[in-house]
Amino acid sequence: MAGHSSYEEQKQLVFRGLKILGIITIVEVAFALFAKGHVVPSITFGKDGGFGQGIYMLAMVGASLYKAYFIVFFFMHMAHEVRGLVLSVLLPTTLLIWAIIAFFQEGSAWGASREHIQEKNREVVQPGSQSKPQGYILPGTYQG
Amino acid sequence: MADSSVAHAHDTHAHDDDQHLWDGGKEPMKASYGKLMMWYFLVSDAFTFAGFLIAYGALRFSSPSWPEPDYVFASFPFVKAHWPLVFVTFMTFVLIFSSVTMVRAVQEGHRENKRGVVFWMFLTILGGATFLGSQAYEWTTLIKYENVTVDRNPFGRYVADGELVDVNGKPVIENGAPVTVKKDQSYLLHGHEHDGKVELEQKFIKYTSGPNAGQVHEIGQGPKAFGALFFFITGFHGFHVFSGVVFLTIIMINAMSGLYAARRNGYEMVEKIGLYWHFVDLVWVFVFLVFYLL
Repeated sequence: MAGHSSYEEQKQLVFRGLKILGIITIVEVAFALFAKGHVVPSITFGKDGGFGQGIYMLAMVGASLYKAYFIVFFFMHMAHEVRGLVLSVLLPTTLLIWAIIAFFQEGSAWGASREHIQEKNREVVQPGSQSKPQGYILPGTYQG
Repeated sequence: MADSSVAHAHDTHAHDDDQHLWDGGKEPMKASYGKLMMWYFLVSDAFTFAGFLIAYGALRFSSPSWPEPDYVFASFPFVKAHWPLVFVTFMTFVLIFSSVTMVRAVQEGHRENKRGVVFWMFLTILGGATFLGSQAYEWTTLIKYENVTVDRNPFGRYVADGELVDVNGKPVIENGAPVTVKKDQSYLLHGHEHDGKVELEQKFIKYTSGPNAGQVHEIGQGPKAFGALFFFITGFHGFHVFSGVVFLTIIMINAMSGLYAARRNGYEMVEKIGLYWHFVDLVWVFVFLVFYLL
């Protein structure tokens, strides 16, 4: 921890962290406002769905992951810990990759089911043209 | 024979070597017990937050529309204008600054500088308190003025093109023209208090596209899960900030009293609460991403 770098170097790390986190945050917000039509009203690729929004989301996730990496490795000193500690903290989090894939898939399935139910609710059944029921009727059961 | 007895003697010797490992004091991770356990607590806490944020994503994926963050989060204290995302950016900077002052407190701790530790921890506490105050403002705006609660969400987006109509199906005229709305456009249903209960205004839309084209529908609330997810997840994060401020205050007072100086371990307690405090900032990075940017 201490002793890895001089006091002056440590203080510089603090200002570097402030600069990096601050600039990334400002760029993120500026890009979000730009992509959602708050700068040029006709540019709205960040919320239109499709490829443009995919790129927008990837950029945002990437920038946030970099911020997270910086906080963990430099503010929390993970960069100076032994390999075993680093791995025992970071490896379990890779389980989340599957959690994200599985639950987003699940969420889309819920949405599809709900959509299906609404479609079925909109269906209108046309009554038959003849008043008598069609098909085989058990003797003595037809009251019409 | 002689060989095996030598080997045996060697074994006993190795056994004696192992024995002292059980006396403690050896740190395979080169970190103290307390720091190691703080790391593993944070891992488990990260999974809790990840579970919440993934639930938000799954419910958002399941919903045909979702409120637009830059429409919902656009209020700013003392300003009537619509300033999307500006206030939450301010809140993010408050947390970044308090993280930076925390790093300084830990560094001064390693130098056994009591005045430095107390000074930088005090600034960190101020940052945490400012964040909590900002969150109180944000929640108040949403609950009191925009009527979002855990089971009510007046924020939504139109699912198809259409024009606004009144309760009799006649077009709503504004500035001499009927009001038309587009798919994905955001709306907020204003509420008013009636017998102590909030009632949302009734608005109707005649769709001109989509599966319900030509029909008149009431404009209902947006996805209700939005309010519950927002208050639960930002509330859980805010509770972490609050507990952080409490523990920071206790540890700052202990540092002032000279307790940690007497321990001569480089203010390790400050380092441990520092890990927790950076984690709170780390979680905010993802809360900010999920709720406000995507």
